[in-house]
Amino acid sequence: MKRIRNFCIIAHIDHGKSTLADRLLEFTKTVTQREMQAQLLDSMDLERERGITIKSHAIQMEYIYEGENYILNLIDTPGHVDFSYEVSRSIAACEGALLIVDASQGIEAQTISNLYLALEHDLEIIPVLNKIDLPGADPEMVKEQVVDLLGVNAEDVIYASGKEGLGIEEILNAIVRRIPPPTGDPEAPLQAMIFDSLFNSYRGVEVIFRVFNGQISKGDKVKFMNTGREYEADEVGILKLQHKPVDCVTTGNVGYLISGIKVAREVKVGDTITHVEKPTNQLVKGFEDVKPMVFAGIYPVETSEFEELRSSMEKLQLNDASLVWEPETSVALGFGFRCGFLGMLHMEIVQERLEREFDMTVITTVPSVQFRVNMTDGTLKMVSAPSEMPDPSKIDTIEEPYIKAQIITKSEYIGAVIALCMDKRGIIKNQHYLTVDRVELVFELPLSEIVFDFFDKLKTISRGYASLDYELIGFRESNMVKLDIMLNGEKVDALSAIVHRDKAYEWGKRLCEKLRELLPRQMFEIAIQAAIGTKVIARETVKAMRKNVLAKCYGGDISRKRKLLEKQKKGKKRMRAVGNVEIPQEAFMAVLKLDQ
Amino acid sequence: MAGIYVHIPFCKQACYYCDFHFSTTRHLQEDMVRAIAREAELQKHFLHGESVETLYFGGGTPSILELPQLERILQSIDQHFSIQANAEITLEANPEDLSAEKLRGLKAMGVNRLSIGTQSFNDEFLHWLNRVHDSGKAISAIENSRKAGFENLSIDLIFAIPHADHSIWHKDVAMAVELAPDHLSAYHLTVEPNTVFGNWLKKRKIDIADDQFAAEQFEYLYEQMLLSGYDAYEISNYARNGRISRHNSSYWFHKPYLGLGPGAHSFNGIKRQHNIYNNPKYIKAIETEKIPMVEEILSPADLANEIIMTGLRTKWGLKPGLILEKSGYEVMEIHAVRIEELIYEGMLLLENGNLILSRKGRLFADTIAAELFIAG
Repeated sequence: MKRIRNFCIIAHIDHGKSTLADRLLEFTKTVTQREMQAQLLDSMDLERERGITIKSHAIQMEYIYEGENYILNLIDTPGHVDFSYEVSRSIAACEGALLIVDASQGIEAQTISNLYLALEHDLEIIPVLNKIDLPGADPEMVKEQVVDLLGVNAEDVIYASGKEGLGIEEILNAIVRRIPPPTGDPEAPLQAMIFDSLFNSYRGVEVIFRVFNGQISKGDKVKFMNTGREYEADEVGILKLQHKPVDCVTTGNVGYLISGIKVAREVKVGDTITHVEKPTNQLVKGFEDVKPMVFAGIYPVETSEFEELRSSMEKLQLNDASLVWEPETSVALGFGFRCGFLGMLHMEIVQERLEREFDMTVITTVPSVQFRVNMTDGTLKMVSAPSEMPDPSKIDTIEEPYIKAQIITKSEYIGAVIALCMDKRGIIKNQHYLTVDRVELVFELPLSEIVFDFFDKLKTISRGYASLDYELIGFRESNMVKLDIMLNGEKVDALSAIVHRDKAYEWGKRLCEKLRELLPRQMFEIAIQAAIGTKVIARETVKAMRKNVLAKCYGGDISRKRKLLEKQKKGKKRMRAVGNVEIPQEAFMAVLKLDQ
Repeated sequence: MAGIYVHIPFCKQACYYCDFHFSTTRHLQEDMVRAIAREAELQKHFLHGESVETLYFGGGTPSILELPQLERILQSIDQHFSIQANAEITLEANPEDLSAEKLRGLKAMGVNRLSIGTQSFNDEFLHWLNRVHDSGKAISAIENSRKAGFENLSIDLIFAIPHADHSIWHKDVAMAVELAPDHLSAYHLTVEPNTVFGNWLKKRKIDIADDQFAAEQFEYLYEQMLLSGYDAYEISNYARNGRISRHNSSYWFHKPYLGLGPGAHSFNGIKRQHNIYNNPKYIKAIETEKIPMVEEILSPADLANEIIMTGLRTKWGLKPGLILEKSGYEVMEIHAVRIEELIYEGMLLLENGNLILSRKGRLFADTIAAELFIAG
């Protein structure tokens, strides 16, 4: 046990975490040059392309230090605020963390919140300044920031470059020297924490865990304490690049468990594993049943593909435990699913994975948060879709979720950031200079205001410098209304949204304008209206098309022309008709792009 | 009964809008004539002995050929097919080619219909389109054709040429009415990708007229032609004295036809085929007694859709009976609701069981045809 080191990496997106991790794996010969591909730990194509980590990963390295062989478990963490719970569980599985900071960019909001999380868990922090080879790097300045923030000695900060392979050995030595070995009682009842699960279509769900006390062996009868389910450990093993079965995963180590679990949802990250006989009475603290924050409808573009979409969603859910959904029906879109996501990135990922991995083309409706509606009869109704909103006469009050948002930016953008947050109904709570030119701003904001384009806007106004982290802080009463969109008098339910009354007019106007751009002209005029109840608050018109370009049509052209028209018709099939108005797929996403 | 189309793939210069197959390199002209004459022989069984009702020389520019060259092709066709005594024999001609001598020769060899590529009577427009002729040549070509005894004349006009107003179009239409040909084809200027205009559009060197402008010209022509005693028998075609283009009509009625020459299309009722769009390769293949063609077998839905598309464009309309007979599809049942809506919206008329585009519907022939297509 004293030769085990469990550590994670805390870093902001783009600060080079995955590349640095690749270098560690190479240096310890965990992977051969041949097996090496960039961002090794990011196994989804999507992760490699976007350069972000979506799922957690863990891998075991062996490293010889002063003649002794050490086991280093690297627990990679997702790098986005949508997945902060998963990050917290990964941190809970470690004794130490590498804090990677881009030597030219400095510390970002998410890094800080994850760092605080790590400090709460008493993790030993090893600060690493990465990308010191870049021309824009300012290691001295950033080092000062880090020293201020952590209260460490300047000489404890390691200079590195993942790209050039600089500082790798120094990092590995620091991991061995500075991170304490796990403590735990091998004789105590089994207490292990699940921090991830992987889905393998041949072997089912692999549960990834860290043993705190006791040990787990092949054939053991185990129990997941929060779900109460019991399993037999068909296989346990350690996380080499290829998973390696072992007889027993011992105290302090990280391993995987296969026990015939077929659905990822059965496995809750943060749950405690113990033995059925001789169970521990110590639950690992901090377990949460993660709840979705953002809801949206997902519909097949072709109505006939509903069943195919269902089966794709089921498969997707096998390895995405945080995706929840139930069937719903829309007048405009037919049969589909109401889905809950951890956040906007998660929603985008689900949509993209459906398209890439399952070849499904889907329409996603206006995202919504979950509101608490206090009815006049004293009951409480949770509403996460505009269609679920009760009749206004039956509503007493509506409460919406609020978040505490922490934004770190260069001081020159303070004005713009504050203006943005005010515009989003935010209240500034705190302003704090981290260094001379970096400020941390704390706001309370309605979650519904940030699910749309907040993050993009924040990046734009700060030229990419501002970073955001947030947490839910509860519900507050708000004056919300349901805004409907009508095309030639017919309500398009999939375009309805729940918005604040003060913003409804602006929202309606802009959405109508956007739809005017996106709706193709048809043989008749299309009236686009935004309405609250029966009151129309905005109107636009798509003029009727006047004439087709009727090219001549002789012998040689007949086939070609037919194919052209067939193609046009096929394009139309990707649209949805409400009444006789055809709505292209992108119109349903228009709400997200009102400012573009 | 059947038709034969002969494609003459040469032009003096390229019109900026044209994406038909042609070459302005003419040294292969003699070899080409020999090859086409030879192809007629190689394809002599294509029409299964059906008599030829219409023969059409298109291009390219058929009038570019010397009289003996045309004669040679015609003779070969005559030798290998049975051409009806009253067959319609059309030649597309550019005004600059129609000298008195040429006209006499054409008449003598049996050509009885000329389709003259006038396009516009405005010299600026003609220049912009990169036509060889000017308006004076066009007018005298028509007069000379009549003098030479051609009664069945067709002229072409192009509308929706970008301009500040409709003044030039109104003059073009007035001149057409004054010249009083028995047939007129009017085309919406389309900008195709592989043309000079296509290129210019990409580089934003030209603009295209919006659909309002085009619609106004389309409707103006329609009114003027009707007032002048013409029958709007197809979206782009008007005729007087019953002189519709019999050859083109046979395409729309799905009669079989044989195409000779590079890029020419053929149809035997089930499959379409076309010769390759390459002059030297075409000639080479024919020399080795091979027909260099690409074929496409039409599914019943393809067939139905072609009949829907071409039928709707004509005054006779979409004939559900014909579609049922050729493809087995009951279009009136398949699209019952949509058809009723289109009738209600004033786009379609139901006459004697056939669906005919209303005056308003004529503007949307493509959209409506696509809506009535049958999914294969």
